[in-house]
Amino acid sequence: MSFSFDLIVEFLPVFWQGTLVTIAATVVGFLLSLIVGGVLLTLMRAPSRLVSLPAVLFMEFVRSTPLLVQVYFLFFVLPNVGIKMPAFLTGVIALGLHHGAYVSETYRAALEAVPRGQWDAAVSLNYGRAKAYWYLILPQAAPIALPALGNTLITMIKDTPILSAITVTELMFVANDIGTQRFQYTEPITFAAIIYLVMSLAAAALVTYLDRSFRIARS
Amino acid sequence: MEPAIRFERVSKRFGATIVLDDFDFAVSCGEKVAILGPSGSGKSTLLRILMTLEDIDDGTVYLEGDRLWQRTPGQSATATSSRELARLRSKVGMVFQQFNLFPHMTALENVAAAPRHVLGHSAGAAKKLAGDLLDKVGLGDRLHSYPARLSGGQQQRVAIARAMALRPKVMLFDEPTSALDPELVGEVLEVMKALAHETDLTMIVVTHQLGVARAIADRVCFMERGRLVEEGDPNTFFDAPKSDRTKAFLRSVKLA
Repeated sequence: MSFSFDLIVEFLPVFWQGTLVTIAATVVGFLLSLIVGGVLLTLMRAPSRLVSLPAVLFMEFVRSTPLLVQVYFLFFVLPNVGIKMPAFLTGVIALGLHHGAYVSETYRAALEAVPRGQWDAAVSLNYGRAKAYWYLILPQAAPIALPALGNTLITMIKDTPILSAITVTELMFVANDIGTQRFQYTEPITFAAIIYLVMSLAAAALVTYLDRSFRIARS
Repeated sequence: MEPAIRFERVSKRFGATIVLDDFDFAVSCGEKVAILGPSGSGKSTLLRILMTLEDIDDGTVYLEGDRLWQRTPGQSATATSSRELARLRSKVGMVFQQFNLFPHMTALENVAAAPRHVLGHSAGAAKKLAGDLLDKVGLGDRLHSYPARLSGGQQQRVAIARAMALRPKVMLFDEPTSALDPELVGEVLEVMKALAHETDLTMIVVTHQLGVARAIADRVCFMERGRLVEEGDPNTFFDAPKSDRTKAFLRSVKLA
């Protein structure tokens, strides 16, 4: 068996395009999950059960069904009720909703890890709820949440191939496509794996760097 | 003259535990009161009620004549609107046993935070105020240190400066020296003594340390099981306590 580097070189521009789509899907999906997580947590904490119960049910549903099913649902079922979106947008929304459900748990755990005494101090200094969150609690919760959010980011990179199932031309779609064109899968799949590895390692390095700079800033 | 603080038949329960039991208590403006008592006697809860960190189950609490809490059983505890509560709360400052400094801020930022965020001072004015206050508690050279880099005594002095930055009329100290190594108690006590002797601040100090009570208080109170057992000026209280419970408590604390 021989490994054809020529094939990879030949398709380098195509790989590059696919990688860009993967990065775009990850970045947009991740930002979306950060927002979805915040909204979900806020809704789940609402005093009215009319608001909190649907949010809890939604979260349980999302966490208990496969991402692929959710992607298919958004892509194939929603158009039947008149909601039609481009494949990329659909995929990114699915990633954001799916991981947002986990992010809300990360947020909750991080907020609960801020000691109760910090709230006592906030009240004693006459901070209102919103100001206490913004100036005192969130800046402490953010570094606590950071490592878990880093895991979410890396998981999300590795989940993007699912978008190939709805024709998003991301890295895995491209690699598979080259394979079918040339009846040669070893090279494109191996190369795709290496690119995923590089992206995951880069994301992990970024998270470690941020984590360290938070620590240094506070001592 | 209206007392700074008045508890009128206040009851407070945590589940089945009665923390304050039909409790009557008053502190005059400018008075320095120390409260002693075994743990679970309701002393800290008394402070937390005044700081609006806890509500009450029955009775009325007045702050400078204004109702802070009022409740008759079965009704909601908040007799005051949240705006009124914020107005009253601004008259009260609190120092905690565990300091509760904001770990993500330097000493200067800790003290400047509330003037900036709550009172709306400019960054410059807030920092100037914070710098002056930290100078007064002897930390003029540690302005840019994070709490993690300060000793317990230094942290507690920052916490006192932080509470003072909002110019409270009443200062509550919840076991301010209990979490400190013995050799660090002195520096915090000096700051508290300065506040006690040089300002007209009303002070309530909950403590286990008799030295702290003696150094600061005009009046010493002994609480047990949610009730005031005995009170008096420090000399009478420590040298000639009346009730047997007080005597036993003083003996046990001195031995400790």
